[in-house]
This record gives sequence, C-alpha cells and structure tokens, in this order.
Amino acid sequence: MKASAFDYARVESLEEVFALFAEYGDEARIIAGGQTLVPAMAMRVAAPALLIDISRLEALQGIARNGDRLRIGAFTRYVELQHSPLVAEAAPLLHRAIPLIAHEAIRSRGTFGGSLANADPASEMPACALALEAVMVIANAEGERRVAAADFFQGLYQTALEPGDVLVAVEIPVAQDGMQGVIEELVRRQGDYAMVGLAATGKAANGMLSGPRFVFFGVGDRPVLATKAAEALADGPISPEHIAEAQAALAQDFTPLGDIHCSPATKAHLARVLLGRVVSRLLEHR
Amino acid sequence: MDPTFPITLTVNGTEMVREVPVRQTLADFLRQTLGLTATHVGCEHGVCGACTVRIDGRIARACLTFAIQCDGAAIETLEGMAESGKIADLQQAFHRRNALQCGFCTSGMLVTAAQLLEENPRPSREEIREIISGNYCRCTGYHAIVDAVEETAEARAKSEPEGAR
Repeated sequence: MKASAFDYARVESLEEVFALFAEYGDEARIIAGGQTLVPAMAMRVAAPALLIDISRLEALQGIARNGDRLRIGAFTRYVELQHSPLVAEAAPLLHRAIPLIAHEAIRSRGTFGGSLANADPASEMPACALALEAVMVIANAEGERRVAAADFFQGLYQTALEPGDVLVAVEIPVAQDGMQGVIEELVRRQGDYAMVGLAATGKAANGMLSGPRFVFFGVGDRPVLATKAAEALADGPISPEHIAEAQAALAQDFTPLGDIHCSPATKAHLARVLLGRVVSRLLEHR
Repeated sequence: MDPTFPITLTVNGTEMVREVPVRQTLADFLRQTLGLTATHVGCEHGVCGACTVRIDGRIARACLTFAIQCDGAAIETLEGMAESGKIADLQQAFHRRNALQCGFCTSGMLVTAAQLLEENPRPSREEIREIISGNYCRCTGYHAIVDAVEETAEARAKSEPEGAR
C-alpha cells in the first residue's frame, strides 16, 4: 500500500502547470486535496510520473459573489465550503451537501474542484453542480473556456476536461428569492458512497414547486437530471397523486445501473423513495 | 532512488526542516522519520482513521497526505496533545469507560474527539457518532467511546463557569 515513485512540482502559476503538462503529457496528474488520488496511488491503480501540487495556486482559491454568480475556486476545500456564510446563502444545496461527503477528516482536505474533475457518479458534488446549473471555468495554454455542468459530465470518471486543461473555478447562479436546495441519500453507513442519492433545487409557493431540478446520483455513469419526474409535478398544487406520478415517471428518466450493493430494481425503488422525501422537504422549505 | 525535497514544518510545536522522499506519506514520515508512533497505520488508503492527526488545526488522514504536501504546515499528533495535558481528562474517560480494548484505533479516536470537543463543547451522542464515523474500532462496538466523549463534555461543562468557552 505504498505509492510507486513519482516526481513532484508545487506550482504557483497556471503557466507552470501548462508547461509541465506540455513536458509530461498524460504522465502528469494534478493533486488537489488528494483524498481520491492518494488512495488510488497507494493501491497503484494510479501511478503518475509527476504530481502537480496546485494548493498554492492563487487563481484556484477563494469564494466570491459577483452579482448574480457565486464563484468558487476549484481548490476550495469542503471544510471551507461548509463554513462559508456566502455559500450557505447563495447555494443552500451545496451547504447542505457537504456533511454527507465522507468524514470530517476527509472534508478537511478534499476539494470541490477535485471531486468535480474526478466525476465519480456516486459522489455528491457532481450532482449538486448539475442541479445548480453550475458552469465550469477551464483554462489551458490557449486560454479560458466555460462548460455547463450538463456538458461537463460525460461518463464514468469522464469529463469535458481535455489533456492540458485545469479546472480553475466553478460559477453557480445565486439562489434567487425562495429558491431552495435539498439533498437526500441512502447509504449503508454514515460517510459511505450513496447507494442512491438525490440533489434538488426548486422554489415552493402555495403548495406548488416552480422550476424543480432533480438530479440523481449513484444510478448511472454520471449524475442524471430527471426531467420527466419534474414535468409530472408541473401542474397545480402538489398532491400525493402528483408525487406518485412523478415517482412512476422516473422510469422514463433512467434505468439505474446495478452495483455490488444493489440491483437495478432496488435502486429504482430507492430513487422513488428519495423523490417522495425530497419533494416533501422542498414544499416544507427545509 | 526516490527524489527527495526539503520541507519546513511544525510538529507538535517544534519547527523543523527535513528532507523527505516525495512519495512518503505524512503517516510514515511521523512514524519512521520522527519516531512518533502514536499515529497508527492501518488501512493506508483513508478508510480506517487510525492515522488521524491534525493538519493546521483540522483532523486529517496522515495516510492520504504526502509529507511533502505539508511544507509550511503545523502538524499535531497524539503525542503533542497528550504531553500538553489538554486531553488528559479525555484519556482518563477512555480508560474509565473501557473505551478501548486492543488500542489500535484509540489515538485516532482521541485526536478526532478532541477536535469535536473544542468546536462543539456539548455534542449530542448523534454528533459524537457522526464525527467518529470516520474511525473504525473493531473491539468496542463504539458505545463506550461515545460514553467517554460525552462524559468528558459533561465534566468540562460542569468544571467551567458559564460563558467561559
């Protein structure tokens, strides 16, 4: 359980990262919090020739509000997100999601951008990013570009990040009046990856939900936006019948992939359970 | 030969400069280079919590951080905490409550519980369970550990005048 040998560079500018990528190609890996990469290296699933430590890259730090956008630096650690009043106010979903990630001793090191770039389909951050319609700010030697979360997550651990790219920051539309965020997941033990999880946003008023976005995780090769379920809740005050229709509509949104813990049928059932809980919580503003 | 780099860090209040192989974890650095063996190495992939230390004040897995990443950091291990006397009551509560049997998880448990009690002086049993969910114990069934942490919180609350914390 020891990593194989590698070289190490702690960079202080994005230009240094681009130069190292140009020299090492895909033999170089960025290390952020290292809470996924280091175990992969210990098990020798990953054996990069060079680790590029971005922990001192100013461009990747900080949480700031610019008008109707919240900008979160990719290197922001979970613990910083959790204690940020700005995040709690502007992105309540994110604030509520952090305690579900692993354990306190992991959250002290792991980073927001690291989780997004890793794109584990069972983890919370990619689902939150999709629910919040986040935009990824990506830089490479040629310049900067923005990629919507819907286009960013492309498959199992696959993202729109190309060789030589660095995820710099994430921009999230600030939650407007009454926009709520709720997350629920079913886990075997506290801190485990979710068997099925659901991150949702929406505005509740007079028993109705406007603009809900339901994003399931742990059900496929990437976070899944359940549009049919949302449509089933569109008309009128939400009744138990509406919720049942939305739960049934999930079958049109996705067929879960099974894993070692759960069959596809079990996951489909758990997804329906979570949808019912989350709709209730959104309606109750909590 | 592994490449090595010099790092400057503070361990239990003592600043030092050491040359570290880049692939050496903080846990191995503490144990092998500094002889601080209270930090235990269990799973070596971030699951068991036996290697929990504090990096810049926050609990972290010493097996999931390379020593080289700790350049400029302040590390606190169980040795530092125990020698300072600041968790003597917690250690005694673990003893009194039989909150350990083999003792392998105990240093990680103590380091974790110490942070909890600093930040949340009167945690509920649920909150205690939540924070130690990242630390495996294969002996006690956890109840005695929760008891010991809870008892320490209660005793500290009684011994300090209102508003002192």
